[in-house]
Amino acid sequence: MVDALMGRKIGMTQVFSEAGEAIPVTVLEVGPNYVAQIKTQERDGYEAIQLGFSESKKLSRPERGHLKNVPVAGLRHLHEVPATGEPVEIGQQLGADIFAKGEKVDVTIGAVKGTAGTKGKGFAGTVKRHGFAGGPKTHGQSDRHRAPGSIGASSTPGRVFKGMRMAGHLGNVRATVLNLDVVDVLPERNVILVKGGVPGAKGGIVVVRKAVKARKK
Amino acid sequence: MGMILESIRQQQLKEDVPDIFPGDTVRVHVRVVEGNRERIQVFEGTVIKITKSGPDRNFTVRRVTHNVGVERTFLINSPRVEKIDVVRRGDVRRARLFYLRDRVGKSARIKEKRV
Repeated sequence: MVDALMGRKIGMTQVFSEAGEAIPVTVLEVGPNYVAQIKTQERDGYEAIQLGFSESKKLSRPERGHLKNVPVAGLRHLHEVPATGEPVEIGQQLGADIFAKGEKVDVTIGAVKGTAGTKGKGFAGTVKRHGFAGGPKTHGQSDRHRAPGSIGASSTPGRVFKGMRMAGHLGNVRATVLNLDVVDVLPERNVILVKGGVPGAKGGIVVVRKAVKARKK
Repeated sequence: MGMILESIRQQQLKEDVPDIFPGDTVRVHVRVVEGNRERIQVFEGTVIKITKSGPDRNFTVRRVTHNVGVERTFLINSPRVEKIDVVRRGDVRRARLFYLRDRVGKSARIKEKRV
């Protein structure tokens, strides 16, 4: 079996617990995933399971050939996860029922090849990108409100140090949130509800795995 | 995609929620947990606003006790709200009755709605 699945971020809402508390949740559709390929120590040098998610008919012939033992027309996203526990077969379907209510999970966005990470912010200034304070708003300031300020000294050292924080592209990177509580699992719809937010836009492809750092009680 | 989210939201809703409107006088029966005992507390007052929809839908009730205005906001669909009784329907012209906060005595009254 596996400890991780690919899924899609659906959006956020809130649900009530038995105690009557309103819990903010992110809804994730985590399946069906299909086993696309099994990598073995002998052939590939390591053990892993390649999962496929999101049915698609628009595949190239090589892609079709790769997925010929999978019982659907095609799969849009492929991603490798470590193999754990009992063995799986190619074409086997996996769903939300590998997760249980009350468990903790890690959610990663931007891990699957060809999918987006966190929301892209474009070319962002230092105030937004690095949390600089900017300049004073008043006292005769002009054009300095969001300026980065000095980026170094004069002829000693005579250059700008490497790694100086400056304006540039922000967002659309891989990001992982650790230890989110699984509030509910709806196996018939392949949906899980995790407590709190998950980075990235709605519809983004995420990888959900059982929490690696969850403390054993 | 939107359908999955909407169906989860629908499941959170209660079935027997009475229609309440701003200006109504209501009695809200709230479950209060004290230590390990649970009891029902009643809060009576005027509905001054209703916001949002679906499971987040909430309303604020204002009452004046001992010359102090008290406002409590409840999630309509929360399991902690046991029951809502409408005592009286009010006839008001706006959705947010914040003007009541600045008024005391006779001018803070609300006309009863004639059906």
